[in-house]
Amino acid sequence: MSETFAEYLSYPFVRNALVAGTLISLCAALLGVPLVLRRLSFIGDGLSHVAFGAMAVAGAMNFADTMALSLPVTVGAALVLMRSGRGAKAGGDAMLAMLSVGAMAAGYLVMNLKPSSSNVSGDVCTTLFGSVSILTLTTFDMWLSVGLAASVCALWLFAYHHIFDMTFDEAYARASGAGVALFNTVSAVVVAVVMVISMRLVGTLLVSSLLVVPAVAAMRVAKSFRAVCVVAAAFTVTCSASGILVAVVAGTPVGATIVATDIAAFLVMSAAGRFVR
Amino acid sequence: MPPCPDFTVGAGDYVCIVGPNGAGKTTLLKCMAGLLRPLSGTLVLAPGLADGGIGYVPQQGPLQRDFPASVREVVQSGCQARRGWRPFYTGLERRRAAEAMERLDIAPLAKRCYRELSGGQRQRVLLARALCGECRLLLLDEPTTGLDPEATAEFYGLLRRVNASGQAIAMVTHDRSGSLAAASCVLTLGPDASFERRTSHV
Repeated sequence: MSETFAEYLSYPFVRNALVAGTLISLCAALLGVPLVLRRLSFIGDGLSHVAFGAMAVAGAMNFADTMALSLPVTVGAALVLMRSGRGAKAGGDAMLAMLSVGAMAAGYLVMNLKPSSSNVSGDVCTTLFGSVSILTLTTFDMWLSVGLAASVCALWLFAYHHIFDMTFDEAYARASGAGVALFNTVSAVVVAVVMVISMRLVGTLLVSSLLVVPAVAAMRVAKSFRAVCVVAAAFTVTCSASGILVAVVAGTPVGATIVATDIAAFLVMSAAGRFVR
Repeated sequence: MPPCPDFTVGAGDYVCIVGPNGAGKTTLLKCMAGLLRPLSGTLVLAPGLADGGIGYVPQQGPLQRDFPASVREVVQSGCQARRGWRPFYTGLERRRAAEAMERLDIAPLAKRCYRELSGGQRQRVLLARALCGECRLLLLDEPTTGLDPEATAEFYGLLRRVNASGQAIAMVTHDRSGSLAAASCVLTLGPDASFERRTSHV
């Protein structure tokens, strides 16, 4: 068994996928902790749908890299959603639901009206559920994800107390003179960037699980904010790495395998949480 | 706009803000905390009060009740006003947090999870967080909502102790009977707006 793994790991594309996939999910998990605690988990889901629509439009317009359009559009949507999320009144979630479905429908329509390849349903499936394209990640993609993870971790380390404050009690943070607006803007942009990049990994429909599941699982066992962050990071690194390896060896779809691993591990953590309490 | 009488909060004062719902008690407190800008009238803060001199204890939101944070983490976050972009707290900040917890008798709870505490213990934690800064004026928004009579009485006792050690208090309250006893001033908003300075408070 270990020889099989060693053999697979000798392929550069497997190593690239493993490093990039693990680091991107690490970013998503860290960003997911405050999102989940501020009851904004649904925003990740909404954003992924917006990104799907934008990618479809970009594909139809023959953009060489669909990220050129989907990244700015998703960042814009994130800024709008996070701002309205602050005063989330009745109707906020309904608006988000409409935006999600609307963006999905628009994306699918455009893909059908102006197909960029002969296999539309294959394209749609790939966009929604991810593809084996993680195995086509280049060394450049890998270094991109290393850079991304390094910046997110640095941001996390130096803004840790600010993140705690904003998440725990925004009113108090505001009263003690913290830059709440700046914080919300920065986190919206970072979340959107990580979403768009990790979409290539697990696909539109599954991407919000990378944000949400590690945080929720960590909250089952951890009793302090720091512990939640550490456990979520360890959780996602373990699950993504093993998910990718299993997918490569067993030939299953990468995105779905990662999410299945996440959910299985979440159930284990929930059971463990009962003993910890 | 509901009327608000002229009033001052001096060093060591204990001001209760009372009045019917919608009279603007919370709004006034938020103006004092710098969260809102007054629509009319003027609000003058003593020098130094604006940066870190005010400790604000907001009404508890639904989000916080199941927040996974240890008591120590919550209290230490009160030091945040004076910190920049450093990853760790300084020794001084840790000591201040420890002192604040001692003062409010919650030191034994330091490692407990905030969501496992009772309502009264949570209010003490939030009070300790406010005391952790170099606070000279405490603003409290209905701190005893949802507490049982015993916990309420204990909390008022703590406030008195805090007040006696020199920190001024401005508190929005519905509970006239319990809170007014210790108050040195009563600010009433609404139709019978008035500001009364009592001479003989305990």
